[in-house]
Amino acid sequence: MSADRSLFDPQLVRQLGRRVEALAARLERPATLMEVCGTHTHAIARAGLRRLLPPGVRLISGPGCPVCVTPVDYLDRAVALAELPDVTIATFGDLMRVPSSTTTLERESARGRDVRIVYSARDAVRIARELPGRRVVLLGVGFETTLPTVAAALEEAEREGVANFLVLPGAKLIEPPLRALIADPQVRVDGFLLPGHVSVVLGADFYAFLAHELGVPGAIVGFAPVDVMSGVVELCEQLLLDEPRVANLYARVVRPEGNPVARALMARFFEPVDTRWRGLGTIPLSGLALRPQWAQRDAGRIPVTPCEPHEPAGCRCGDVLRGAIEPPECPLYEGACTPDTPVGACMVSSEGTCAAWHRHERHLAGVD
Amino acid sequence: MCLAIPMRLSERGEFAGAAELDGVRREVSLMLVPEARTGDWVLVHAGYAIGIVDQEEAQRTLELLRELASEEPAP
Repeated sequence: MSADRSLFDPQLVRQLGRRVEALAARLERPATLMEVCGTHTHAIARAGLRRLLPPGVRLISGPGCPVCVTPVDYLDRAVALAELPDVTIATFGDLMRVPSSTTTLERESARGRDVRIVYSARDAVRIARELPGRRVVLLGVGFETTLPTVAAALEEAEREGVANFLVLPGAKLIEPPLRALIADPQVRVDGFLLPGHVSVVLGADFYAFLAHELGVPGAIVGFAPVDVMSGVVELCEQLLLDEPRVANLYARVVRPEGNPVARALMARFFEPVDTRWRGLGTIPLSGLALRPQWAQRDAGRIPVTPCEPHEPAGCRCGDVLRGAIEPPECPLYEGACTPDTPVGACMVSSEGTCAAWHRHERHLAGVD
Repeated sequence: MCLAIPMRLSERGEFAGAAELDGVRREVSLMLVPEARTGDWVLVHAGYAIGIVDQEEAQRTLELLRELASEEPAP
C-alpha cells in the first residue's frame, strides 16, 4: 500500500491547508464544517489539522461516536443485566468506563460481575459456545460500520445453534441525526465530512438526499490527514460554486452501492425503531431493534428493573455532540472532568470530542 | 469505534480466512464479503472484512496525490 505514506505527507497536508485558505478568502461568510464520525474527530485532533485551517473555516465534531451518543439508560440496563447470576456481558472496550446513572461496567467487573471485553462480536459467540450454562449478552452499540458485524454474529449463532448468545440492541443509524442537525436552529452546518467506514456499508449513493433534498455539500473521506484535508478543500469548493453534491474521495473502499451483503444481513435481524440519543433526544426511526422473530435473542426483553436514569449533573456532553458548543465551553471540562476522572461519555471514549481535545487540542483552549 | 484497517487476505475457508499486515496475522470473518479472494486487500473492522480495497482506485488516489504535490506551492 504505497499510497499510505503519501496520505500522511505533512508537506502535502500544508499545501492543502493553503488551498483551503485561498478558497476561504473568497467565501462570502465563514464556513462551519462538521466531521460526523468519531474516528475522524480523533484523526483530525491527532494530526493537528485544526491549526492549519484559516479563521474562516471552522471544523466542528458531530454525533458520530457511538459510545458517546448511547443514552445513560442503556448502560443502566446493561448494569442491571450484569447483576443476574446467569448473565455474562460481552462489550467493546470503549463502553467499560462510560458512567451509568450509578456506576460503570468497569466497576461492576471489579465487584465480581462477569463483564468481558471483546474485540469482535465473534468473540462473544465463542464465549457463549464455551459457557453453555450462561446467557452471553453482547452490548450491540454502533453505527452501520459495526452493526453488520453484530448481525453476522447472530447469523453465526443461528447457523451453529448457539442459543445462549443474545444482543442488547443499541444501534444508531447515521441518516436521521444528519437530518436533525440540519433542522437544528442552534447549529449551523454548511457541509459534512461524511464517515468513511459507515459509507463502505451504505455506499456513496446513499447520501443523495443531502445534496438534492437538503442542499448541503458532502464529502466522503478516509482517515489519513491528506484524506481529511482533501475533503475540506472539496467542501469549500462546493460552497464557493454553490453546487452541493456528494463527493466520494474514499473510492478506494467506498463503492456507489456500498456493501449490499452487509445491509441484507442487517435487515434480516434488525428493523428501524425510534431511539434516544444523548444530546439529540429521541429521533424517529434512528435506531435498530431486533425483529420480533428473534425475540429469544433480544436481551432487551429480559425482565430487569434498571435504576432511575439520570445524566451526570453539569455535563454538557449533549451540546458537544450536536456541535452547539466546543469542549472548553463546558464548566466541567479539564476541571472535574478529565480522562482520569471522566464525568461524561465524551471524555471517556478515545473517540469522544472532549477526550480528543484534552489530548491534542489543548492549545486551542489556551490550557497549555 | 469505526476504525478499520486494510489487510491482505492470505488464505480463506468457507466463512473465514487469515489476513496479514506487516507480518501480523489475524483470523477474519468473511461473512460480509463472501466474494473476497486470496490476495485481495480487505478492509477489516472488529474481526470482520467489511469491504475490498479497489487497487485501481488506490492507484488513482496515489496519482492524484503526485499531481497535487507537483503543483506550485501557493504564494
